[in-house]
Amino acid sequence: MVEQLTAMVINGALVLVAGLCLLCGYRVIRGPTVPDRVVGLDTIATNVIAIAMLFALKTDRGLFVTVSIVLAIIGFLSTVTVAKYVTEGDIMTRRG
Amino acid sequence: MVELEAIRQVTVMGLVVIGCFFLTVGTIGLLRLPNVYNRMHATSKPTTLGTVTIFLAGFVQFGPGGAGLTSLVGIVFLFLTVPTGAHMIARAAQKTGVPFLGSVTWPTEKSDTDEES
Repeated sequence: MVEQLTAMVINGALVLVAGLCLLCGYRVIRGPTVPDRVVGLDTIATNVIAIAMLFALKTDRGLFVTVSIVLAIIGFLSTVTVAKYVTEGDIMTRRG
Repeated sequence: MVELEAIRQVTVMGLVVIGCFFLTVGTIGLLRLPNVYNRMHATSKPTTLGTVTIFLAGFVQFGPGGAGLTSLVGIVFLFLTVPTGAHMIARAAQKTGVPFLGSVTWPTEKSDTDEES
């Protein structure tokens, strides 16, 4: 009984978070400035981390927890890279 | 033992529901707020909190060893990286000239005028 209810809640959460990713895509497409799009992509990355974690809960496999951490690392690196590119016009800046 | 399993399932269910609520709040803020900085305020805090709550649900599900420990590492990693990324986007937006709302100023400008006056 409780297990069935938990499986149903996790399935509903997966559907909800996938829909939230689509809604963030609206801001990525229609965002007036470049930082708007970066913020939308960052939110999509965080939502995908939550999706990987929910999938780990659904299938009861610990492997997908590692997948979500790798996704977090990739999202952070892409955010920092785009922020530096927007600011300085180059990613690897040479000083001096 | 059956009761313990039921308590664990109910805890996982509650944490997933709370996390989904915070993720929804963050996305509504991203869609509805008027400015880049306000949207960043809406996305960085509630979205991080929602994802961290779902990570806590994973810790409850998988126990204190193996994948549960990895979930705790993920919580620490998210709390370290998401504010750093939001700060860098905010600085990039201010340097590319995205205007502020109303009487809002960048903090360094205000401290500079205070030192001069």
